[in-house]
Amino acid sequence: MVSIAEPVAKPATPFRFLLDRRDLLGAIFVAPAILYVLLLVGVPFLMAVYYSVSAYTIYDPSWSFVGLANFEQIIGDPVFRQTLYNTFIFTFGSQILGLILGKFGALVLLRPFFGRKFVRALIILPWAVPIALATVAWQWMFDSLYSVINWTLIALGLITRSEAPNWLGNPHLAMLSVIIVNAWRFFPFAIVIFLAGITSIPQDVLDAATVDGAGFWRRNYQIILPMILPITAIGLIFGIVFTFTDLSIVFLLANGGPVGATSVLGFQGFQTGIVSGDVSHGAAISLFMLPVLLIVVIAMLRFIRRREI
Amino acid sequence: MQRSGLAGVLRETSFYGAVAFFFVLAAFPFYWMVITSFKTNADLYNVTHIPFWFNDPPTLEHFRYLFEKTLFATWLLNSLIIGVCVTAITLVTALPAAYSLARLTGRNGEALGIGIFLTYLVPPTLLFLPLSRVVATLGLQNSMWSLVLVYPTFTIPFCTWLLMGFFKALPPEIEEAAIVDGCSLFGAFVKMAIPLSLPGILTVVIFTFTLTLQEFVYALTFVSASDQKPITLGVATDLIRGDIFYWGEIMAGALIASVPVAIAYNLFLDRFISGITGGAVK
Amino acid sequence: MAAVLTRDIIKKFGEVPAINGISLTVPNGEFMVLLGPSGCGKTTFLRIICGLERQTSGDLLIGGNVVNDIPPRARGVAMMFQSYGLYPHFSVRHNIAFPLKTQGVSSIEINKKVEWASQLLGINHLLDRRPRQLSGGERQRVALARALVREPTALLLDEPLSNLDAKLRASARQEIKQFQQRIGVTTIYVTHDQVEAMGMGDRIAVIDGGRVRQVGTPAEIYDDPADRFVATFVGAPPMNIMATNGGYLGFRPENFLPKDMIEDDAFTEFSYRVDRSEYLGSERIVYGAVEGFDPKQVITAKLPPAHVAEESIRPGQWHPFAVRNSALRRFDKDGMRASRH
Repeated sequence: MVSIAEPVAKPATPFRFLLDRRDLLGAIFVAPAILYVLLLVGVPFLMAVYYSVSAYTIYDPSWSFVGLANFEQIIGDPVFRQTLYNTFIFTFGSQILGLILGKFGALVLLRPFFGRKFVRALIILPWAVPIALATVAWQWMFDSLYSVINWTLIALGLITRSEAPNWLGNPHLAMLSVIIVNAWRFFPFAIVIFLAGITSIPQDVLDAATVDGAGFWRRNYQIILPMILPITAIGLIFGIVFTFTDLSIVFLLANGGPVGATSVLGFQGFQTGIVSGDVSHGAAISLFMLPVLLIVVIAMLRFIRRREI
Repeated sequence: MQRSGLAGVLRETSFYGAVAFFFVLAAFPFYWMVITSFKTNADLYNVTHIPFWFNDPPTLEHFRYLFEKTLFATWLLNSLIIGVCVTAITLVTALPAAYSLARLTGRNGEALGIGIFLTYLVPPTLLFLPLSRVVATLGLQNSMWSLVLVYPTFTIPFCTWLLMGFFKALPPEIEEAAIVDGCSLFGAFVKMAIPLSLPGILTVVIFTFTLTLQEFVYALTFVSASDQKPITLGVATDLIRGDIFYWGEIMAGALIASVPVAIAYNLFLDRFISGITGGAVK
Repeated sequence: MAAVLTRDIIKKFGEVPAINGISLTVPNGEFMVLLGPSGCGKTTFLRIICGLERQTSGDLLIGGNVVNDIPPRARGVAMMFQSYGLYPHFSVRHNIAFPLKTQGVSSIEINKKVEWASQLLGINHLLDRRPRQLSGGERQRVALARALVREPTALLLDEPLSNLDAKLRASARQEIKQFQQRIGVTTIYVTHDQVEAMGMGDRIAVIDGGRVRQVGTPAEIYDDPADRFVATFVGAPPMNIMATNGGYLGFRPENFLPKDMIEDDAFTEFSYRVDRSEYLGSERIVYGAVEGFDPKQVITAKLPPAHVAEESIRPGQWHPFAVRNSALRRFDKDGMRASRH
């Protein structure tokens, strides 16, 4: 029989096992991240709130408190009201369009076909490529003189050169253009989300439904849709949050114009607060994004929690 | 279920029609980007030419111009430096934070994790106002280092969330075995958790890098000096002389900047998805 | 001096006590099995001994030393996890060497010990492979080698056989038990499988609801159960327990036989209505109800396959069955053992 040596007697005094203390180590590990976020997100956020109720501008950095005067002023401004309206149109238009494209795109990509991997790789592009670069490509496509879209429409005989729409110069067309570009940017993400959701549905659930007699559309709407609702909701949160607060597309395509027709909250906040230096009013404008964001996030999170299977 | 006959043919055609529709929809602007980069100016700015293909032979003049007569190379370098620095800062901060939230803090950890993640949703178009004051106070205005400072504010939350998912997916037995075998908690983290999550960490690195390349709002706000601009900002705003857009050069620059990001996304797409959804949908 | 000694260990998660006061002594060299259903707290208790969890109150002594606040690596214990917990990114050799590396042992020592441990378990030829290249049985042996190489005061095993399929389980059981007898290391083995417990343990601690119901040798647990839980948890089919006035009466199915098969003079007779019987080759299980007691309660009898007259167990009829008085067990109304009959 092999003899086991007596283990070296360990003294029973508690060592200072610093690197073993779960709570201490846990706190130390999280500290840098929390610090960074607190200092560069939390504090600036509070600063922004304070700006909105002060009279701070770059030229006169005063911290005096003016109550809700800034908010009253911007609400009274028709340009702001137009901006607010635009932001909602822009967001919901592009989200809905993006979702529809995404849903059908996902259905198309579900079925294996020759070259599917290649098509999938290309369909991701609008979302993968940096937003500003994709937008300038569209900017070029919408160019008032050289637009390839117009060229095609003319070549197909649908319009004449004099009727060629000025995509970025006409207020309504400009809004349509930014919506299209944003939906174009969002739909690959929607496809990915839908695909992830649909493929995560266990096959036996679908088989059971087929055995129970459900046809394609019923399976789709009564089984698949409800089961992918949580993940769709998450995708929508991202989509809405980033669209509602974005300024890139609007800035690059039309600079918020013509005449404020495509100005959205983020853009006007930029114009007022950064370009014009009126920090307090800029902050007030930007803060208008918050209520909607909060409502969206809370509503979605509740919705997800309720539906957790 | 393949039904033969007219119904089947119609079905197949409409299916492939749909494929073609999405394909063209997604890819056309990039095709446009590519072909514009290689067309001569004479070809580009002639309305009578068919735009879909080359009328004059393709040229590299835009690329040459980009590298010789503009600050494009500088912008590339700037983006590279910013990317590397931000990725480093993010890794150093997010790795331990994610491990702590995944393993060391229990239920409070869950809540804290969600809290950190939610800061990712705070819009830059709100924060850029106070941050521009912070940047000015630190003397970093108009410098690309302002971006190195500010970008981790969104890369850290997102990467912490992603890494949390990867760490949670590791079987805890391996770290526990290491602890019983003589590692401290810290040792288990370094010797077990990190080596075994290298694929996840790599994904996070790539993702962080692409996030910094994608960013536009902060870059636009904090940097106006041409030689400090990162590549996305430079291509989108700086290739304009007076009122004239140098479309050939802009498209060429956009193309160069887009290609690596597109490749990275395609290679790592599945991992991104499992990272995002794995955290939210059990 | 006991290898492992616990005094009134309590572990609460929030308000819920997962372990409600366990005091256990495991002498040197013993193979102690912690047996209980899922959720009874046995794994938590093992993890407390190991040091992966800390008890809410109570004392834990290993090798005579109080180790309440000492991390696992300084306790002199080694653990084998349910899925073995092998390091996938290390070779087998590195896996086994790892516990020694962390203690700063010299490489010459390490090589000697690794050779010794892998020789002991017959895995020398696997030293340069990776865990993913090994079969389940080989992985188990590597995990054992790794656990042993530090020559621990106590070896802790957490349901190591539950991932194996039934055929492998029997031979793995054999290997582990023989191995422990050869080495003589104090072993604490957690399982929910009472066959494993009965087959391997020198002593068994039956645990339920965070408390030890009974500690004893397999024979003591089986023949002399301390309460209804132990009586019904060990043994398959479980002991028949019938409610009588003021208590319970119990007898094991193998002691419940047709009257004319009883050889003792002291016996208690029952009228038994047979409902159905199963022929299992090595035995016959009969299901039915006993007259005078709850008609919905199924009482089982385990009979030898031969020597049983067909008529004495014909379904649908009442037959005279009996139990030797020495095999009757009485329980009071709280379920605790009353005096033996």
